[in-house]
Amino acid sequence: MSITLEEARESYLTEEGTLRSWLLTTDHKRIALLYLGSTTVFFFLGGIAAAAMRLQLVTPNGLIVSNETYNRLFTGHGVIMVWFFLVPVVPVTLGNFVVPLMIGARDLAFPRLNLFSWYLFVLGGLIAIYALFAGGVDTGWTFYTPLSTDYAKGHVVAIVLGIFISGFSSIATGINFIVTIHRLRAPGLTWYRLPIFLWSLYATSVIYVLATPVLAITLVLLAFERIFRVGVFDPALGGDPLLFQHMFWFYSHPAVYIMILPGMGVVSEIIPAFSGKRLFGYHFVAWCSVAIAVIGFLVWGHHMFVAGTSVYSAIVFSILSYFVAVPSAIKVFNWLGTMHKGFVRFDAPMLYALGFIGLFTMGGLTGLFLAALAADVHLTQTYFVVAHFHYIMVGGMVSAFFGGLHYWWPKITGRMYPEMWGRVAAIMIFFGFNLTFFPQFILGYEGMPRRYATYPPQFQVLNVLSSAGATILAVAYLLPLGYLMWSLFRGARAPANPWNATGLEWQTPSPPPHINFIVTPVVTQPPYNYPPPEAQEHV
Amino acid sequence: MSLLPQASRMAPRIDWLIIGLLIISVAVLLLVFGLMLLYIVRYRHNSNIDRGKIAEKTWRLEIGWTAATLLCFLGLFVWGARLYAQLYRPPGNALIVYVVGKQWMWKVEYPGGQREINSLHVPVNRPVELLMTSEDVIHDFSVPAFRIKHDVLPGRYEMVWFTADRPGTYRLYCTQLCGVDHSAMTGWVTVMAPADYARWLAASRTGQTLAQQGQVLFMRFGCSGCHHAGLSGGGGTVRAPSLNGVFGSPVPLSDGSVVVADERYIRDSILQPKTQIVASYEPVMPSFKGQIDEADIVKLVAFIKSLAGDR
Repeated sequence: MSITLEEARESYLTEEGTLRSWLLTTDHKRIALLYLGSTTVFFFLGGIAAAAMRLQLVTPNGLIVSNETYNRLFTGHGVIMVWFFLVPVVPVTLGNFVVPLMIGARDLAFPRLNLFSWYLFVLGGLIAIYALFAGGVDTGWTFYTPLSTDYAKGHVVAIVLGIFISGFSSIATGINFIVTIHRLRAPGLTWYRLPIFLWSLYATSVIYVLATPVLAITLVLLAFERIFRVGVFDPALGGDPLLFQHMFWFYSHPAVYIMILPGMGVVSEIIPAFSGKRLFGYHFVAWCSVAIAVIGFLVWGHHMFVAGTSVYSAIVFSILSYFVAVPSAIKVFNWLGTMHKGFVRFDAPMLYALGFIGLFTMGGLTGLFLAALAADVHLTQTYFVVAHFHYIMVGGMVSAFFGGLHYWWPKITGRMYPEMWGRVAAIMIFFGFNLTFFPQFILGYEGMPRRYATYPPQFQVLNVLSSAGATILAVAYLLPLGYLMWSLFRGARAPANPWNATGLEWQTPSPPPHINFIVTPVVTQPPYNYPPPEAQEHV
Repeated sequence: MSLLPQASRMAPRIDWLIIGLLIISVAVLLLVFGLMLLYIVRYRHNSNIDRGKIAEKTWRLEIGWTAATLLCFLGLFVWGARLYAQLYRPPGNALIVYVVGKQWMWKVEYPGGQREINSLHVPVNRPVELLMTSEDVIHDFSVPAFRIKHDVLPGRYEMVWFTADRPGTYRLYCTQLCGVDHSAMTGWVTVMAPADYARWLAASRTGQTLAQQGQVLFMRFGCSGCHHAGLSGGGGTVRAPSLNGVFGSPVPLSDGSVVVADERYIRDSILQPKTQIVASYEPVMPSFKGQIDEADIVKLVAFIKSLAGDR
């Protein structure tokens, strides 16, 4: 089959317009957009649940719903946000779009597997949504036994099935990325010339492939116990409830790094691009991603310091948890080192990235409180923990996702987003987020337990502050939805490289043609090869 | 940090740890935000400041901040771990109180037979050890004013201890999601001066002590058919070991190992008698699983415990 140069230059967006061409596409760029659409739906569904919870907590006795409904709200919020937004979002949207572009390839190694993984994700998501709307689940997203297997009413088996199926989508994506990064790099693109985003997606993919099966088997056992009364976790049937916690956190702690590593990768792209300077300590940042992925598998027990495990195991898990925090700290210092002596610009992606550094650092530091055993005893299972992981997952990861979305938006759509609105949203997210979640640290220290539909009146002031912050945050998250949609039709046409950034993805037109590169690029330079300051000053 | 009362011996020590963590966190935040602001202003793209050459060799800095971070973390680890070990090492002279969690209430039983719901009374300046179990799902017994918290699991005894040192009433919470009315599973701990506590115990007495109630159950469930227990107590020593003096003593098992008979051992022997067979006895005892609820097991344990001195 031969095609003309004109046809080859046609953008992937306009090449074919039928619904069928979108739903059966094997183009990684189109699949990324399919994923972007579906994860956006999940983000706002989970967000609506969060908004309802913050409204409920405005008054001590609960403003709008019953205890049971409240439990269903936070379970739905957790399940949707963890498995159908945070775990997949950056790899399957931004990653899917830019991985082949960054390595100079025409697609991922297994394009059909990529499409299949999207269908699995949608199928799993629809089953989970069915379970939530058909009556819901009130076990929390952690499904602790024997509550989930013996006592809870609701659609536990259905929602577990949804998560189980979407897990295969994660595994497929992980395998696809690993093989692609190994096999499809352009000539000259050695491992140490890879952008950090690829290192972090590689580390993430390894966790996808190794940890997700453990979650899958745990959920199968849970469903078995619930349906057939086989004693695995329920002591009344001869099982052990702590076994469930071990197996659950063996997946779910590495899953935290599934959620944050891609965000770190995005920030490692944005900071050099908007500092006009090479990434400080490239090798350290690259290997820190790998170190986090490896040590991240060895710290699950820190979720169980008051659960009834032995004192010795708690001590071991505590020190390992401190070890896993070291590479994260190193990354923060390296990002700051990158800005040093740079030419710092403040376009929206950079504001999101700076917001990420601030909020992630706060999330990481409060993690030190929880890794300190005796402090954890007081702070765990309170709002302190809720605030801590939202600083990482929402303050950190969602900011990084928005940063990356704005950064690559011109490449993805061929249009510029409105810069002023992008900056406004980035700043509103930072302040709205802090107002929402900072009071929760204090609530937690004062002892307010998490997952409470009602609470003692002394906690009301801080809860009202938190809910007020959530209002700002909600508006700030709706803004990009509005102006990004607007930009699809009215935004200025984007040049191939609007940020003067390095990286192969900026060397092809915006939006790229179906085959990405008409001529396979050859790489001869190190990554982030921005000119040294003395050369830039005279420009 | 006086938002929350410090009502136990442990509370100020845990607060110092939290203050230490806070100081380190604020210092790091000042450093990170300070550098960020400094670079944003100093190295903004249109500033003409002389940037000089950028450093080529970065590994000295990398090693430096890695080592500094690691050292600081190790210090925090040791500090937290030492306190934690103390939280789980109760002194021998602690007052024992039994706590049973069930959806959605706390049942509290005292050795003297007193019982209450969602309320715990303790004397000031005396170590109190809570032996806790659950009749259904996992709960968690948490008293923020004491800075203690521990999961309460079905099927086993978990322990938490504290020495309250300030009279007053403090909130207790269930902090492990336990179903619909999880947020209603709360109550109060009342810390009393010793004299007040003695008066409260006397006023709340219901007739028999926990051990006496256990003795009644010991007959009713037929335990006395095989086990010798107490002065008058039933059974011989042919089919089953005597229970006099068992509590707190080493028990040789048929597999050659030796266990010290504590509350957990007694409880397990009632519910899962086949797992730990006393040496030279046949495994003939039936399991009482599902036939005795946790509150009654507590009474049986208290009865057997009361025989510790009888040889």
